[in-house]
Amino acid sequence: MSTMTREETAALIQEVLEVYPESAREERAKHLTVNDQEVEQSKKCITSNRKSLPGVMTIRGCAYAGSKGVVWGPIKDMIHISHGPVGCGQYSRAGRRNYYVGTTGINTFGTMNFTSDFQEKDIVFGGDKKLSKIMTEIEQLFPLNKGITIQSECPIGLIGDDIEAVAKQAAKTLEKPVVPVRCEGFRGVSQSLGHHIANDAVRDWVLGNRDEDTSFVSTPYDVTILGDYNIGGDAWASRTLLEDMGLRVIAQWSGDGTLAEMENTPKAKLNLLHCYRSMNYISRHMEEKYGVPWMEYNFFGPTKIAESLRQIAAFFDETIQANAEKVIEKYQAEYQAVINKYRPRLEGKRVMLYVGGLRPRHIIGAYEDLGMEVVGTGYEFGHNDDYDRTIKEMGNATLIYDDVTGYEFEEFVKRVKPDLIGSGIKEKYIFQKMGIPFRQMHSWDYSGPYHGYDGFAIFARDMDMTLNNPCWSKVQAPWLKSEEAPEAAVAGA
Amino acid sequence: MALRQCAIYGKGGIGKSTTTQNLVAGLAELGKKVMIVGCDPKADSTRLILHSKAQNTIMEMAAEAGTVEDLELEDVLKVGYGDIKCVESGGPEPGVGCAGRGVITAINFLEEEGAYEEDLDFVFYDVLGDVVCGGFAMPIRENKAQEIYIVCSGEMMAMYAANNISKGIVKYASSGGVRLAGLICNSRNTAREDELIMELARQLGTHMIHFVPRDNVVQRAEIRRMTVIEYDPEAKQAQEYRDLAQKIIDNKNMVIPTPITMDALEDLLMDFGLMDEEDESVIGQKASAEA
Repeated sequence: MSTMTREETAALIQEVLEVYPESAREERAKHLTVNDQEVEQSKKCITSNRKSLPGVMTIRGCAYAGSKGVVWGPIKDMIHISHGPVGCGQYSRAGRRNYYVGTTGINTFGTMNFTSDFQEKDIVFGGDKKLSKIMTEIEQLFPLNKGITIQSECPIGLIGDDIEAVAKQAAKTLEKPVVPVRCEGFRGVSQSLGHHIANDAVRDWVLGNRDEDTSFVSTPYDVTILGDYNIGGDAWASRTLLEDMGLRVIAQWSGDGTLAEMENTPKAKLNLLHCYRSMNYISRHMEEKYGVPWMEYNFFGPTKIAESLRQIAAFFDETIQANAEKVIEKYQAEYQAVINKYRPRLEGKRVMLYVGGLRPRHIIGAYEDLGMEVVGTGYEFGHNDDYDRTIKEMGNATLIYDDVTGYEFEEFVKRVKPDLIGSGIKEKYIFQKMGIPFRQMHSWDYSGPYHGYDGFAIFARDMDMTLNNPCWSKVQAPWLKSEEAPEAAVAGA
Repeated sequence: MALRQCAIYGKGGIGKSTTTQNLVAGLAELGKKVMIVGCDPKADSTRLILHSKAQNTIMEMAAEAGTVEDLELEDVLKVGYGDIKCVESGGPEPGVGCAGRGVITAINFLEEEGAYEEDLDFVFYDVLGDVVCGGFAMPIRENKAQEIYIVCSGEMMAMYAANNISKGIVKYASSGGVRLAGLICNSRNTAREDELIMELARQLGTHMIHFVPRDNVVQRAEIRRMTVIEYDPEAKQAQEYRDLAQKIIDNKNMVIPTPITMDALEDLLMDFGLMDEEDESVIGQKASAEA
């Protein structure tokens, strides 16, 4: 339970909203709520996936970020052209830490930036000729690439370049898949539409490529990992558990993923979906067209891992089900040791989260395994199906905030006074300067993996070293300390 | 004399480029120093002055050189009849790229290179048919053309266009100094055309600055890539353009236009017999049903 009552949390929301002009207040009020586990459908208490208000500091990205940064960028053996001016590609380059195996620049290209570097003349005369020239050059310089995607930046949509025609022509010449993606940044309200557009491009330009090809020998135990992203090596820490169970992971999209794996995905028996938000569209499509079922799983923290392993095993025979139990048992001593070591140091600590994708709900279990409580959470770009899944995970009377503004987040933190905040790079330094322990939960703060049992050990260590770092007792100047806490000053003297 | 910047708008095909070049030739004859800035990807705003098919455009040359910064003013500025300076913004072939951005880039280039700082009396922007996007409104933004002349004729669509362009001017006039300076009637020999355009002008709050009659000498001159003033200075039509030029020099009638409603425009057309009273019973009726 939160230390604040339902009434106190509701009053806090009202107080924070007070500062807005009337129309903004009405709009933002719909995005802030007090959690109530009794509510079945989140649409009754929260609005999401709406345009951010002008004038507020939002933390969202754009459709290009959703496609290039999330869905397509991590496909390691394809080259992804940021089509348009140079900035979008360069400032998003290598930011997400999707680890991969390969030799960058030879057979993998994940951390490189390919851009058509638009100039005035390309806007005026169109970029189609330049685009096809780039693809010829790519083929000459990087012959081991397996295909190319064209990630549209804003100007492409404004000047109406026919990238589909260029892609079809290039695919013929290069004899490789060339995928045009209409993910212009101005489309939609956040990166979320970019995920959808990118999923649709996978559907239209990749997924059917091997429908007629029977050379792939499948087994009854073939599964795929979708939407893992392999941040700091997450996918590997997950994959090993599935393999221990006797399953065969035939594709691992996004984060050490390849085009061939993507093309073979429809031949799987089960698609395992980690980030629901960014990959549910393509999972549903494969279910409809190929009859491949999909399920969401959660590999953060031993409780959720065990639940997920059992749910996954339930799709298969008794051998796999027995194996799942063995895997859980095998790691028990290991994760119990982690809990024994860190739980006493973290017990009762309160956490506020504000992240993208799946983490605002997925990591709650991992904190709870360490005796911590998540007292506030929210999504940058979630939809109501995400909030449906979140209500049950959060305690009653906790705070839920959608597309939280910089101001609201700071005010909530000042009042809720969490012991730890998990959010992104833009929030990190603000809260650290306020003297509050902070972890980046997009990049794992350059650590990781956090998935799986191996990841849990690192997660627990990172939370402990952040939260119990001695620096936090030194952030206040001694002369200010005495005013605020006279007893401490006396004790210190 | 301070530099006067004028923009010529009007429905596509109405004769903007021909009228502009002829009247500019008239200005030059009167000793004025003039520059024409063609703002149309077709780049046909200066051919009668330069006797050329189409001059090298700013955007073409910028694309060849790499960027617009690599260009020099003398590369793009050509001098033709009566020392008239000519530039064309140029732009993409139909269906690709962004012609509007081409106009913006070209005008910015001219400003940065000091094309306007030379000893000029007039700059004329010849802009393509409709103000379809921000780029084609560039010539009438702050510190550019202050005077707009709309070329029209006594035809329904030409008048619709004139009214629409007036609406565009209102938008920019309220925030800047741009004003409607008059309608130029480029006659198509329709009945009571002069009266009709004078009435439209009155309703728009402006005046018909000149009625340019139809004369085949214009076409004969054009075949030779010349203005009438150069081709046949004695022709009656040459004098018409001289008169227009003189009226523009003397013009003090600058207004924020008062565009009229569709209904008012239709009433006007009906008064002059260009449009029949609407018969609502025939709407949606096929020929077969009417028979």
